[in-house]
Amino acid sequence: MAEFWQSSLGIALILLAQGLAIIAFVMLSLVYMVYGDRKIWAAVQMRRGPNVVGPWGLLQTFADALKFVVKEIVVPAGADRFVFFLAPFLSMTLALLAFVAIPFAPGWVMADLNVAILFIFAVSSLEVYGVIMGGWASNSKYPFLGSLRSAAQMISYEVSLGLIIIGVIISAGSMNLTAIVEAQRGAGILSWFWLAHLPMLALFFISALAETNRPPFDLPEAESELVAGFMSEYSSTAYLLFMAGEYIAIWLMCALISLLFFGGWLSPIPGLPDGAIWMFLKMVFWFFMFAMVKAIVPRYRYDQLMRVGWKVFLPLSLAWVVIVAFLARFEVAGGFWARAAGM
Amino acid sequence: MITFAFYLFAITVCLSGIMVVMARHPVHSVLWLILAFISAAGLFILLSAEFVAMLLIIVYVGAVAVLFLFVVMMLDVDFGSLKTELVRYVPVGGLIALVLLAVLTIAFGDWQSADDALAMRAVPVEPGVQNTTGIGMVLYDQYILPFQVSGLILLVAMIGAITLTMRHRRDIKRQDVLAQMHRDPAKAMQLRDVKPGQGL
Repeated sequence: MAEFWQSSLGIALILLAQGLAIIAFVMLSLVYMVYGDRKIWAAVQMRRGPNVVGPWGLLQTFADALKFVVKEIVVPAGADRFVFFLAPFLSMTLALLAFVAIPFAPGWVMADLNVAILFIFAVSSLEVYGVIMGGWASNSKYPFLGSLRSAAQMISYEVSLGLIIIGVIISAGSMNLTAIVEAQRGAGILSWFWLAHLPMLALFFISALAETNRPPFDLPEAESELVAGFMSEYSSTAYLLFMAGEYIAIWLMCALISLLFFGGWLSPIPGLPDGAIWMFLKMVFWFFMFAMVKAIVPRYRYDQLMRVGWKVFLPLSLAWVVIVAFLARFEVAGGFWARAAGM
Repeated sequence: MITFAFYLFAITVCLSGIMVVMARHPVHSVLWLILAFISAAGLFILLSAEFVAMLLIIVYVGAVAVLFLFVVMMLDVDFGSLKTELVRYVPVGGLIALVLLAVLTIAFGDWQSADDALAMRAVPVEPGVQNTTGIGMVLYDQYILPFQVSGLILLVAMIGAITLTMRHRRDIKRQDVLAQMHRDPAKAMQLRDVKPGQGL
């Protein structure tokens, strides 16, 4: 049996099983993310939120998904059919693809790439195509304007996300996510990178909001101006795929914040065992923060969004890269910023 | 397995390259171009140059191609009418192709690779060194000055482009965020008790 798992077929089966496990985890968390999002939002506004389908409305999302699937698919006249349907598939698939490189515990990762963080960054930079293609292929004005906005927004904030990640890479001395987490090992919560990179944590979180088109930066689908932005012409399953892609991208950002700044699977208190449960709890906590921001922060205006991205975040994160480079090179504070294994 | 992957990526690069030229709609051309970039990144991974592959996707697919797509989408060029004038460009295009072919023949006909070049191709960096570290050592240790100078040239080009295109209009209202934040609520607004039916 042992040599079967070493053969190509065995490896292919293992990869398939791992892939299915990741998809199952992500889809299940997606369902309860949508539910949690609505519940938190409702609680802030002193409403009950979904509470009819299933106990405490726990099955509401399943009912919604079913409803989407059985609706009629409407393709606008003059739409580019192939690109029109490619766009939602692309945004969902790419969002799922990035989870391949996310480690949940030591060894609990499908592909332990040594450029894992770059891979995730590359895949999430491709997500902009789902938006542009969807908006263009709809052959309609509002989706087109929405997709232009969205693409400009995602590209702008990718720049500062990338620079913030570079600061963390300098500190950890590796692009492998497992190595980045292991570099944060030490005195529990105090040795995680959130303290070393405190200003960048705030910037990363805000950039993540903008990158995933979440409120207060949900301008691509600003319903007061653009109907539903690039999704206006989508209905049924295609719309469902766009929505799922968006939520999965948010879940990915929660995973990234946990890994880069909050020590992934490391336990916050020295002495307690590490494990995937910590990683999961951290991701849930950051999703809670995403949901809270949606509930309490009013929407930005588009020019304000661009101004913040290019004139505030970009210079700040660029300056932080230089500062961290110096702090790491001269091992300030006993190498607090220089945790590379072989440095 | 690697041979299969190589041919998969190589054929995809060639086919999508052809489709870039052949596609009816310019937006489709750009989408084919993106596919070509991604397959090229796959070829880089097969050469165990994963850092270059990721950079190719981030820079070319994630940024440059998006810019292409923007321009092509908004220009709304009618390629049908351009194609009818194809015959006019055939002589010039043929000439360029001929010159390029001649140059390549001269260059590669007399090509002599170093004795150890073939061995070095298989192992781009020393064993045990990740290629990210390898590129970093070459760029930042060995060629730090040319690297920085090329960065400076790009910066100058960027500033030049911005200066050429920037027009600061004075006759429009602008939002001054700093001034806005320093406004005092006590001075900026006042509360009035409006009697019904009277107004202010």
